[in-house]
Amino acid sequence: MYNNGKELLAICREQNIPLWEAALLDEIDQTETTREEILEKTALALRVMQGSAGDPGEGKTMGGLIGGEYRKVKAYKDSRKTLTGETANRAMMRALACSQSNASMGRICAAPTAGSCGILPAALITGAEELDCGEEEILRGILTAAAVGKIIVQNATVAGAEGGCQAECGAAAAMAAAALTEMAGGAPEQSLHAAAIAIKNIMGLICDPIAGLVESPCSKRNASGVLNALSSADLALAGVESIIPFDEVVDAMYTVGLAMHPDFKETARGGIAATPTGKALAKTIRG
Amino acid sequence: MKKVNSLFDIIGPIMIGPSSSHTAGAAKLARIAGAFAGGEVVSAEFHLHGSFRETFRGHGTDRALVAGILGLDPHDTRLRTSFALAEEKGLSYEFIPADLGMVHPNTVRFVLKTRTGQTTEVTGSSVGGGEVVITEVNGFEVRFSGNYNTLITRHKDVEGVVAAVAGILAENHINIATLNLSRTHKGQEASMIIETDSFLAEEALTQIRKLPAMISLMNIQPVKVGEIDV
Repeated sequence: MYNNGKELLAICREQNIPLWEAALLDEIDQTETTREEILEKTALALRVMQGSAGDPGEGKTMGGLIGGEYRKVKAYKDSRKTLTGETANRAMMRALACSQSNASMGRICAAPTAGSCGILPAALITGAEELDCGEEEILRGILTAAAVGKIIVQNATVAGAEGGCQAECGAAAAMAAAALTEMAGGAPEQSLHAAAIAIKNIMGLICDPIAGLVESPCSKRNASGVLNALSSADLALAGVESIIPFDEVVDAMYTVGLAMHPDFKETARGGIAATPTGKALAKTIRG
Repeated sequence: MKKVNSLFDIIGPIMIGPSSSHTAGAAKLARIAGAFAGGEVVSAEFHLHGSFRETFRGHGTDRALVAGILGLDPHDTRLRTSFALAEEKGLSYEFIPADLGMVHPNTVRFVLKTRTGQTTEVTGSSVGGGEVVITEVNGFEVRFSGNYNTLITRHKDVEGVVAAVAGILAENHINIATLNLSRTHKGQEASMIIETDSFLAEEALTQIRKLPAMISLMNIQPVKVGEIDV
């Protein structure tokens, strides 16, 4: 059993196993299920993620604030040189697709939340293409991500209403960064460095959805969240370390979240939601 | 420290968006409430409290509630088109803004009528991450999550009913996870809510139904994620 990153790394070290395996063994132990059942459930989650990351069309979402971003980014990256490159644009496009699917009442896999459901799928699918990973390696990435998410839930929060966007998209990016690092063959320590870096990059970000809906700015924060994950994983794989250990970064994120004013925690009373345009849109939507 | 029971609490739930509390939780609440109606529901009132009342349209809470009454699970892709499905099946529905008092911000009270004219009232809250708590059924205060196989009895408040039911479960190798007993007045009507670790075969249910003090029995199965057809 592990309650934090330090304990998880100790298990990996003592048993000489990778992060995903430590997560899997603990899950078998905690839930009294078999390895096969867990891998089957993980594969099911992956299939749902793959479905939600595909082209969702141009239809408008429930609130009508977003829609069609996947196609725009795809057309853009396919037709010209881009600033962040093909990989980054492909990842963003997928994260945007998941957000649109979610906001259109499509099927998604919360990872860890519905509002941040684009980050992990976009990272896994795009990372697997870049790293030539098969399904088995992607499933290992998901297990790694889940272990990181579990530690964040147990020691902090992943709810925007409790900790702001840094908790939702921060946790998702940390999970995705750790997964990518694992898939690229990084050591367990490197996965947690990647996760720590990702949370630090987004620390303090508020949750301020227009009209209280999971649409804007959520969708774009999923796009930037997957870039956060990709860059944090690259840094960790290059040997860059988080100066502050993962567990302390999680604690800091939680402290910041608790100190955040309620206006900035999913109530749609602050930030982007409270701008004149944001308020006018909310009025139109609520009728 | 908060305890995470399973990695699939983190990677999941698999659900229809956009909100685990306002969409998935709403569908789950309605699915459980619908099961209580004990027959085909032809009219449903949804009394919406708090955040449910404020944002139910943008979050698809309305469609999710109707879908749940029709028996759809929170991950069913037909959630989006549940209004059309309701029309097809002859289910009429109404969303009523309400103040249900000092309850969780995401609370809904269901008033359901079946084709045979039976009325059932259920109240429940969506407490986050798609998790729900049912708090009242037909005037009985209750508290259960719908995550387990849940057995709900209505029986005469006489000696030996708890022991008899527990005995039948034991004979059928069913382990009780939680048990909650309440009654209206001494010697009148009582209710048990029993969450079990495994499913009850029809045989065990029949044995419990046959107990002389039993007025009615409901068995609500949890939503099993593994059964999703993707």
